[in-house]
Amino acid sequence: MAEVVVAPIEVKPSEPWFGKNEKKLINDPLHIDNPITVQVLGVCSALAVTTMVKPALIMGISVALVTGFSNLVISLIRNGIPKQIRMIVQLVVIAVLVTIVEQVLKAFSFDVWKQLSVFIGLIITNCIVMGRLEAFAMANKPWPSFLDGIGNGLGYAWILVAIAAIREFFGRGAILGYKILGPSSEFLINTKSSSLLSWYQPNGLMVLPASAMLLITIIIWIQRSKEAKLVDIS
Amino acid sequence: MDLLNIFIKSAFIENMILAYFIGMCSFLAVSKSVKTAIGLGAAVIFVLAITVPINWAISELILGPNGIFKTDLTFLRFILFIASIAATVQLVEMAVEKYSPSLYNALGIFLPLITVNCAILGAALFMVAREYTFTESVVYGVGSGFGWLIAIVLMAAIREKMRYSQVPAPLRGLGMAFLLTAFLGIGFMSLMGINPATYFANH
Repeated sequence: MAEVVVAPIEVKPSEPWFGKNEKKLINDPLHIDNPITVQVLGVCSALAVTTMVKPALIMGISVALVTGFSNLVISLIRNGIPKQIRMIVQLVVIAVLVTIVEQVLKAFSFDVWKQLSVFIGLIITNCIVMGRLEAFAMANKPWPSFLDGIGNGLGYAWILVAIAAIREFFGRGAILGYKILGPSSEFLINTKSSSLLSWYQPNGLMVLPASAMLLITIIIWIQRSKEAKLVDIS
Repeated sequence: MDLLNIFIKSAFIENMILAYFIGMCSFLAVSKSVKTAIGLGAAVIFVLAITVPINWAISELILGPNGIFKTDLTFLRFILFIASIAATVQLVEMAVEKYSPSLYNALGIFLPLITVNCAILGAALFMVAREYTFTESVVYGVGSGFGWLIAIVLMAAIREKMRYSQVPAPLRGLGMAFLLTAFLGIGFMSLMGINPATYFANH
């Protein structure tokens, strides 16, 4: 289940920059080697930021950038890191990148930064970032490592956005903040603006963190019934 | 009574995993057998009991406005907290590798991942947010570690039993773990809102 160790991928210098191996590095984490549903890394924030789509989207992009660039940096300096202090070196690199992401968000998108502030900090402790550094970047060249990081970040992001979309739609009757289902406040004041779908009563269960677990269970169920080789036989 | 109150609250009512869903990664991956779960749980208690007071000292004596620099340096909190946690975990890893190689092999990548276990950093941040004193922070660290141990052992025990049940093939293992966590979480929600202090006063 949690076999995150990936065999080093041989890239010969004559190979193209974006050949078959590189495509595999991006595609695999999206589906067959997904960080959340297969590798079980980075689940904490999947529960906390997925009540609405917008923070989930920004969180996903931030994580993809941090995993990509931390993999790149660590892979560049991998031969100079003593084994005994590798975790501290890795964490300092991650913490610096997360601080950059946080400052950029604060400058360009202040309201989202306010909404996410704690969880942007918790990217440092997101298992995906460190998991990929330990399992891939410490043993591979910079370019494949960068692609592996971006791929895993995107694999994480799409699960996050999918869960957030379902939770926001059924829990609040909205997508990206636009109300679609359910009785709106305008409806109570002015009957003309009521939609055909105003009969819907928002589902309180979808607002609880436990609902994210249930949704991930459903995603795993669907994925594994399609991909027989992912089924846990132990 | 106050310290006991903090202990019970952090272990059961505000359980890191089942109430806040913090520290899930290693919880899901290492809860396959009770033995490994107890090993990792003990390691988490140990790390929390050390790092929460250390981080208390860092935030009070170095980063706070009354610290040695006499300036508010709280923006450095994340980096310093994570550095002290990483150093502690590295020490624990070396000790485990030396004294218990079987536990070291069983824990595998999840021992270094204690560093990035959200529960450790989360406990440090909660400790700052709730303005605990030094003694309270020690009790809080041990208590939330104990709560983590209870949750992971509970989960491992259920999963060991699950091995003999007829689970649909795609849900076996990880899928069932997620489902069980969701139900355990809903179960622990019934503890929310209980205040041990008033409970002991009334009984």
